[in-house]
Amino acid sequence: MYWLKRNLPRLVIAPSFGVIAWFVYGFIFWTIYISFTNSKLLPKYEFWGIDQYFRLWSMPRWHVAVENLFIFTILFIILCVFIGIVLAILLDQKIRAEGFLRTIYLYPMALSFIVTGTAWRWILNPSLGIEKFAQDIGFETFTFDWLVTPGMSIYTIVIAGVWQSSGFIMAIFLAGLRSVDDEIIKAAKIDGAGIVSVYTKIILPMMRPVFMSAIVILVHLAIKSYDLVIALTAGGPGISSDMPAVFMTQMAFHRSEIGLASASAIMMFLTVSAIVVPYLYSELKREDDRK
Amino acid sequence: MTENNIQTYKELEKSSNTKKFIYRWILFIILGIFALYYITPLYVMIVTSFKTMEEIRQGNLFSLPGSLNLTSWDVAWNGQGFSAGDVYLKTYFWNSVKLVVPAVIISTILGAINGYALTKWRFKWDSYIFLLFLFGTFIPYQAILLPMSRTLGFMGISNSIYGLILVHVVYGLCFTTLFCRNYYISISDEIVKAARIDGAGFFKIFFKIMLPISAPILVVTIIWQFTMIWNDFLFGATFTFGEEAPIQVALNNMVLTSSSVKRYNVDMAAAIIAGFPTLIVYVLAGKYFIRGLTAGSVKG
Repeated sequence: MYWLKRNLPRLVIAPSFGVIAWFVYGFIFWTIYISFTNSKLLPKYEFWGIDQYFRLWSMPRWHVAVENLFIFTILFIILCVFIGIVLAILLDQKIRAEGFLRTIYLYPMALSFIVTGTAWRWILNPSLGIEKFAQDIGFETFTFDWLVTPGMSIYTIVIAGVWQSSGFIMAIFLAGLRSVDDEIIKAAKIDGAGIVSVYTKIILPMMRPVFMSAIVILVHLAIKSYDLVIALTAGGPGISSDMPAVFMTQMAFHRSEIGLASASAIMMFLTVSAIVVPYLYSELKREDDRK
Repeated sequence: MTENNIQTYKELEKSSNTKKFIYRWILFIILGIFALYYITPLYVMIVTSFKTMEEIRQGNLFSLPGSLNLTSWDVAWNGQGFSAGDVYLKTYFWNSVKLVVPAVIISTILGAINGYALTKWRFKWDSYIFLLFLFGTFIPYQAILLPMSRTLGFMGISNSIYGLILVHVVYGLCFTTLFCRNYYISISDEIVKAARIDGAGFFKIFFKIMLPISAPILVVTIIWQFTMIWNDFLFGATFTFGEEAPIQVALNNMVLTSSSVKRYNVDMAAAIIAGFPTLIVYVLAGKYFIRGLTAGSVKG
């Protein structure tokens, strides 16, 4: 009885712990192991070395996917952070209707990537969408057919992604700005600093942890981006807007290449880990320092 | 101060006021332009859903419909009435409801108890256990899709709502535990200590002391889980097909497979239906929604 009382907290955690250990970490190890085998439709447990990784990196399609991920991630981060900061700073000027504007900036975040993709697929549609609108109001030679142009369709994913996520980055930065002590700003103004230099020299450098969080979240969103690609371009035209997440699903569930699919999943996992582990380490260290 | 000085001071003040006025206007114009950027797609979706295909072909993206035509909403929800290959949302919307309710409740309860046990009953390795949960919020799900689909097969719950409930509870657990742990850690240990001295046990303290003050974090957690699960596509598309699919999968199938003739009005009505529940939650409880997002982002 005493034993039960003493160990109750551990017993309560145990099922969840077991579930996570098995379904998260156990599964990741399984996927790692399968990536070292020659599994096709069904898993084979015979060790095959790192050939799947060589195969993966010799596939032009994988290179397209990685290149697209790179373009998407860079643009997605730059645009979201830029728009997020600008909006947060402007909203922080004690303006009327702040709550209303914030609601408008943030609502896309409540919509799924499938809904977002469906809406933008229609807006960017070359024959009836924005192109037709521009032609109707007089710009007769205006064309906007990125959605169906290989090499350009990846940028339509950027447009829709930024629309969906930038409001969220605004919210993070606004929360960060609100936590800055007003006295610092007042003191700087008394010392004759202009509003611009107050922000660029004092406040933004103070928000380094916020930048870090924002970038980690955006990279993480970008690497996982699957739904948006499927709904907007389905990886097309051809494979021109393919991404690693789409590649993985294709290989795993349509091409019966589960060894190769596992290798690509592990590449994604390693990329995320390379960014998240140092971030978590510094976050937890910061928390420890505060204690 | 001489008369002259007062004069210049007043002029200075006046010019600084006009300057302020101009700044304010520039500020509002920029904010307004961004507001237009965010709101326009929603406007386009709404007006398109009420147009006939004829109006869509003749007008442009932004033109208003001639009348409030509800046909496309009816088609999006009920289908066209023929049996083979008819795509509609009705069945799948209810699938998602049947999925979301249990998955949100189970994962939230487990998260709250875990967060409580990890912060108020410290034991050896507890911070490492928390780290396992924390890292679990970041993993790309592609790394678990294949073994998960095999496991669901072994358990005999592949292609069923039950399978999806399990998947969402398991991977939602990391988020719910994280949220609740971060909330409970900010609550003073003294209350718990006092209750323990009075002889209250683990569950008594949880139900009598912790739960009554947990409303804010429970709302945040429920909204987060609701949004995540309702908007999920990857798990739904991987583990279910046909009649068992959740709403986002159905929406995507509808848009992609709608025969040879594109029905943008039906697509837009369907997209609004699929986005409606989360949008309503956001409008009604936006404050908590934002808190969840920032709590989920500034981790640790």
